Amino acid sequence: MSEKLFCKGGGCTAKLGAGILSRVLERIPRGEKNENLLIGYDSRDDAAAYRLGEDLAYLQTLDFFPPMVDDPYTFGQIAAANALSDIYAMGGRVCTALNIVCFPEQMDLNILGEIMRGGAEKVMEAGGVLAGGHSIADSDVKYGLSVTGVVHPDKMYPNNAARVGDRLILTKRLGVGILCTANRVGEASPEAMAAAIESMTTLNKGAAECCREFDIHACTDVTGFGFLGHLHEMMDGKHSCRIHAGAVPVFGEALRHADEFLLTAAAQRNRNHLEGYVRFEQIPFAMEEVLFDPQTSGGLLIALSAREAPALEAALQNIGLPARVVGEVLEKTDTEILVSI
Amino acid sequence: MIQVNAMGDACPIPVVKTKNAIRDLGGSGTVETLVDNEIAVQNLTKMANQKGYGVASEQLGEGCFKVTMTVGEGAALPAEGEPTFCAPIPAHEKRVVVAISSDRMGEGSEELGRTLLKGFIYALGQQETLPGTILFYNGGAAMSCEGSPALEDLKSLRARGVEILTCGTCLNYYGLTDKLAVGEVTNMYVIAETLTGADLVVKP
Repeated sequence: MSEKLFCKGGGCTAKLGAGILSRVLERIPRGEKNENLLIGYDSRDDAAAYRLGEDLAYLQTLDFFPPMVDDPYTFGQIAAANALSDIYAMGGRVCTALNIVCFPEQMDLNILGEIMRGGAEKVMEAGGVLAGGHSIADSDVKYGLSVTGVVHPDKMYPNNAARVGDRLILTKRLGVGILCTANRVGEASPEAMAAAIESMTTLNKGAAECCREFDIHACTDVTGFGFLGHLHEMMDGKHSCRIHAGAVPVFGEALRHADEFLLTAAAQRNRNHLEGYVRFEQIPFAMEEVLFDPQTSGGLLIALSAREAPALEAALQNIGLPARVVGEVLEKTDTEILVSI
Repeated sequence: MIQVNAMGDACPIPVVKTKNAIRDLGGSGTVETLVDNEIAVQNLTKMANQKGYGVASEQLGEGCFKVTMTVGEGAALPAEGEPTFCAPIPAHEKRVVVAISSDRMGEGSEELGRTLLKGFIYALGQQETLPGTILFYNGGAAMSCEGSPALEDLKSLRARGVEILTCGTCLNYYGLTDKLAVGEVTNMYVIAETLTGADLVVKP
């Protein structure tokens, strides 16, 4: 395939800021409360959950975005891995997926074929079935999936039920947003991009399977709002936490590009949104930026008891993930998130 | 004074263009950058604050902002060799990996060996070219953990983009799994890949 995708700032860096989004969502009519809707608009969770019976709820999620890499097949894989991730973050199992496609009419259809091949392979890897889709002629390429999964209603992982004393585990490295941005201006090294792509195309399936052996209190996947943004949602105004920056898995090269100010608009929006919630103690500027960096197909952020955390960390590392215990949940104080060395 | 038009450019292009203009100044002077959104203004301001340049911004109209940066004498200019735009990796730039397999350097006195290794890691940070990766395994695993005399130097290396990887099996063996204080845990697959993929492996 000689033709490449044009990336003008894709992946989760293309997400609308959390601030403006909540202003709109607050005004949307909700209709009557449906007691079977376990998770919906009221929550900022990863997917919607609807109870079908005593022991079965279905999970529904939708994610699509513009390309963040120029290879169509890789883009398809990443977009699909990112969409499937929400099901894993809820503790669910993937059932079916539908393609969502925006594609310019005059563009080579082989490119679209490659994108959808990448996506289909990830759905199969997830153990799901690709069941259809919808395509629109548009000026820019966008691709993603709507995914349906199932979960036992009592075994669902909410994203805001962490408890004081819990340890926080992050399963993938941070910095893919900065690396893709640096790549767009020709500055990322091929090795770093390859590592970032490997990370983004890795399903959170393995991490989710490790989690099943443990009593998970809260779980979310780290995507467009960055590590600190999703951590803020996990604290949910009820708790505080301390993050040990030295323990946070990051792509070393992303720090270097952050020092060169190869920063996204989305990261700055995340910073603006979280102003007042985060205090940095002697953290280098580059590390701050990586912590705000929007992640495409990022890892899971998991809260579980201090007793169980080391075993989960070891299990995750055992399947080759760069997972680390990165902090702990504390009683609510003035500072919601304290980041120290 | 140099004017930069970054209207219609998405981040990080306004910053990249402005950095190039500051380099073209070659010393003190002023760069004015036009951008079309507030977030770009904030990202430019962030850069100016980090670099110690004077910075002011004003809105000229709907969707038009001007950011003025004043570069003083002796301010940190973007270095000449520093790649900013579409710079390929120079062919002569080798992938250097430092492999540290013990908590001391060389044979002989253990005490001296520990001092030497701390000195070596400090000196690494003073080199013109930093290694891409530092690997720690077996007895070396203790160097990246709490209580290591080289911790501050390693943190500073990492902050400058050096990848610091410590063998997970080794941390586990020595009971240091929750003591790792800098960099990431790795496995033998990555260690083998890193060593075989290196142009130069340095073993102190």
